[in-house]
Amino acid sequence: MTPIDPETIHDVEGVPLHSVHRHDVVVVGAGLAAMRAAVEAAKDYDVAVVSKVFPTRSHSGAAQGGIAASLANEEEDHWEWHMFDTVKGSDYLGDQDGIEILVREAPVVVREFEHMGAPFSRTPDGRIAQRLFGGHTKNFGKGGPILRACYAADRTGHALLHTLYENCVKEGVRFYPEFYVLGLIVRDDVCSGVVAWDVVNGGVHVFHAKAVMFGTGGHARIFRIASISLSSTGDGPAMALRAGIPLEDMEFLQFHPTGLYIHGILVSEAARGEGGYLVNDAGERFMKKYAPDKMELAPRDVVSRAMQREIDEGRGIGGKDFIHLDLRHLGKDKIMTQLPQIHELAWKFMHVDCVTNPIPIQPTAHYSMGGIPTDNDCQVLADGKAKKVAGFYAAGECACVSVHGANRLGTNSLLEASLFGRRAGKSIVRFLRTEPALPDLPADAAKEAIEEIDGILSATGSEKTGAIRAEMQQQMTANCAVYRNGCNLEQLRAEVASLRERYGRIRIDDKGKTFNMDLIDALELGRMLDVTEIMVASALNRTESRGGHSRTDFPKRDDANWLKHTLAHRKNGAVAFDYKPVVITRFQPQERKY
Amino acid sequence: MANHDTEKKLITFRVKRFDPDGGERKRYTQEYKIEVMKGQSVLDCLNEIRWKQDGSLTFRRSCKSGICGSCAMTINGVNRLACETQVLALGSSTITVEPLKGFAVIKDLAVDIDPMVEKLLAVKPYLITKTPPPSDAERIQSPAERARLDGLYECILCGACTSSCPSFWADERYLGPHAFLKAYRFIADSRDDAPGEHLDALDDKHGLWRCHTIFNCVEACPKSLNPTKAIEALRRELVKEKIG
Ligand SMILES: Cc1cc2nc3c(=O)[nH]c(=O)nc-3n(C[C@H](O)[C@H](O)[C@H](O)COP(=O)(O)OP(=O)(O)OC[C@H]3O[C@@H](n4cnc5c(N)ncnc54)[C@H](O)[C@@H]3O)c2cc1C
Ligand code: FES
Repeated sequence: MTPIDPETIHDVEGVPLHSVHRHDVVVVGAGLAAMRAAVEAAKDYDVAVVSKVFPTRSHSGAAQGGIAASLANEEEDHWEWHMFDTVKGSDYLGDQDGIEILVREAPVVVREFEHMGAPFSRTPDGRIAQRLFGGHTKNFGKGGPILRACYAADRTGHALLHTLYENCVKEGVRFYPEFYVLGLIVRDDVCSGVVAWDVVNGGVHVFHAKAVMFGTGGHARIFRIASISLSSTGDGPAMALRAGIPLEDMEFLQFHPTGLYIHGILVSEAARGEGGYLVNDAGERFMKKYAPDKMELAPRDVVSRAMQREIDEGRGIGGKDFIHLDLRHLGKDKIMTQLPQIHELAWKFMHVDCVTNPIPIQPTAHYSMGGIPTDNDCQVLADGKAKKVAGFYAAGECACVSVHGANRLGTNSLLEASLFGRRAGKSIVRFLRTEPALPDLPADAAKEAIEEIDGILSATGSEKTGAIRAEMQQQMTANCAVYRNGCNLEQLRAEVASLRERYGRIRIDDKGKTFNMDLIDALELGRMLDVTEIMVASALNRTESRGGHSRTDFPKRDDANWLKHTLAHRKNGAVAFDYKPVVITRFQPQERKY
Repeated sequence: MANHDTEKKLITFRVKRFDPDGGERKRYTQEYKIEVMKGQSVLDCLNEIRWKQDGSLTFRRSCKSGICGSCAMTINGVNRLACETQVLALGSSTITVEPLKGFAVIKDLAVDIDPMVEKLLAVKPYLITKTPPPSDAERIQSPAERARLDGLYECILCGACTSSCPSFWADERYLGPHAFLKAYRFIADSRDDAPGEHLDALDDKHGLWRCHTIFNCVEACPKSLNPTKAIEALRRELVKEKIG
């Protein structure tokens, strides 16, 4: 820690001195993006990681399938091929300068994980093993599927997350587990820290820093059927929005085809990568109608739409809203060695032994393509375009660089989180090398946070947060999922407005300070409603179909009007829009066929 | 396939509660009744109770997929992950839910895991290498060498094993099976150059020698890992290290 200039120390109103913490860098979150940034910066600076869950309990640990890199350990591969697949997968909305960075640096990032100790599965000659994944192909889409996803059995996220935690420990990162970050401290486009609630003991804390980095993860929990952890509630984007920063491309959310029926829990795409079939009620591999070439290995948006169509047209199993994922032909040996976790999940959660029975599945809300706008060095953009917020960085699922555009390819997001987390760490180090002064902490830095907490604890309304949350999630799954249309979205917008209004009249049961999860639920719900409002407005605004955003009333991609990024922010109580062009370097938009 | 029957069964949950701010009513057992469908997990039910009946009921949860380790608790006397425990498969109409034994309770089902983390850190839980890695390539590890990590690297740090261990109940400074498993995960790794550094903390009266191989940890592990096997292997390593 660099010595503190006494001039910069002021009292923060309402926060005791011992609850004001000073670090060079404060990283919010402890998933792959956050901890990869922390490892990078901790070599030279004092880094704190503040996370609402214990680090190894972050969502990243649930990722199963793999992390993409053109290592060419199993067969010929080139970053240019990976780039083409990513651009095409994004339905040409991904920024190609960012994508080029992603695919070129991927091998370095994956090998560094290995050097840090990650237990990757291995090829017979002892190198990192690679498997097939949807949308990844040879020779600019002209060859077949390619072995590009590096993996640790089907526990890749677990392996990488624990490796990063271990390396943070090794580098002396300071952890603040179970602190819920409430808001950013930003004045005049300069960020000087964050305000947080100590979940275990209660109390508002201030983290004062020269650089703040967000790696707060996704927001798919705003849907009822979702694969992501219960804590993926979009806190990061909501905090950015509240600090006046617009959110980019929020209409794009990926629905993963293979969620366990009712639970939404993910059955990894590795199941299809290893050769699993999708079949309808007639026992037909229906993907032959939708993607005759790539079949089950077409990208997720394509497969989810195909499944939803089968279900909508009455060809779900027994006419119900699910499809079968059939692994039986793979045989017990292959299932147990390559897909052990899937076998365990299907058994524990559905009592289905996938060696002898097909697994019931339905599309599940999975990955947030949109988020906080950043440049390629992870600096957050105050206007979404060019103006930077000094000292504020973001990476991973909460950010939008944008490398995934309208649809992310499987295994590209562990890559994005790690790679841009690492870049964020490096750009923070570059910034700190210029020896910036610790920015002044405004005396009223914690005012809003304290008011919010006090307001919730003392609220005497009649509404239950559980009921509002359930209603919101139900509505989103019904009207803003795989297929959307203007009429439903209009109604949904009104519905969300009324939910927000009801949120103003909540009352919680638990009024205590110690480990008050009722309070945390209420805080998360408030942030989810902010994100939901932006997503619905953005979905209504984009009158075309592209990648994860599919409008039945505008079924075609419309490059003439919509080859651009959405920037949405709140203005005078309503959602306002701005746009920015897509960066196109190597690959011109083409029709997307698989 | 009977897994999406809509038939519901009324189940009573008896939850051991602890309210640190509660004055008189600090420790008590509370009953909740809810209708449970096939396929619903204990966590689903606890969530439903919290969201619909009693928002003050406190427990940890995150992934709800049995991978993050947040929701370990004692269910009908056995340490399990609430999110992957099917209620109806337990076969009883009353389900007792208690916080993990051996840890201090913060509130209701949430226990203080700091001691567990501290002990984990004592074994230097990271790969230690003495030679720089190759630039532009990974270190080579054969599939057979990698296979030695199976059953070790999958630990989700849920605390179920250590909480079930009589040696840990008897000695709060005892490192615990989770720490041994982690130590062995690195010692067994062909890439690690410093087994001695991971072993250091283990050769102590609060370390390896206090394990009485009662196998509770093996029973308790929701991921079917085997800390006792790791402990036996570690003892051999320690002896090897001593004889030089
Ligand atoms: C089931 C599943 C499987 C997947 N499999 C793959 C795969 O095989 N390959 C792939 O590439 N991608 C996969 N993905 C996607 C990938 O897992 C995620 O995109 C990625 O892990 C996100 O990492 P992250 O670091 O951005 O955030 P996360 O890992 O989600 O971490 C977010 C962190 O922020 C913290 N946080 C959030 N809000 C606050 C707050 N208010 N205060 C304090 N802390 C906060 C959380 O505690 C957490 O530590 C999968 C996703 C799912 C749902
Ligand atoms: S909630 Fe993650 S293991 Fe149960």
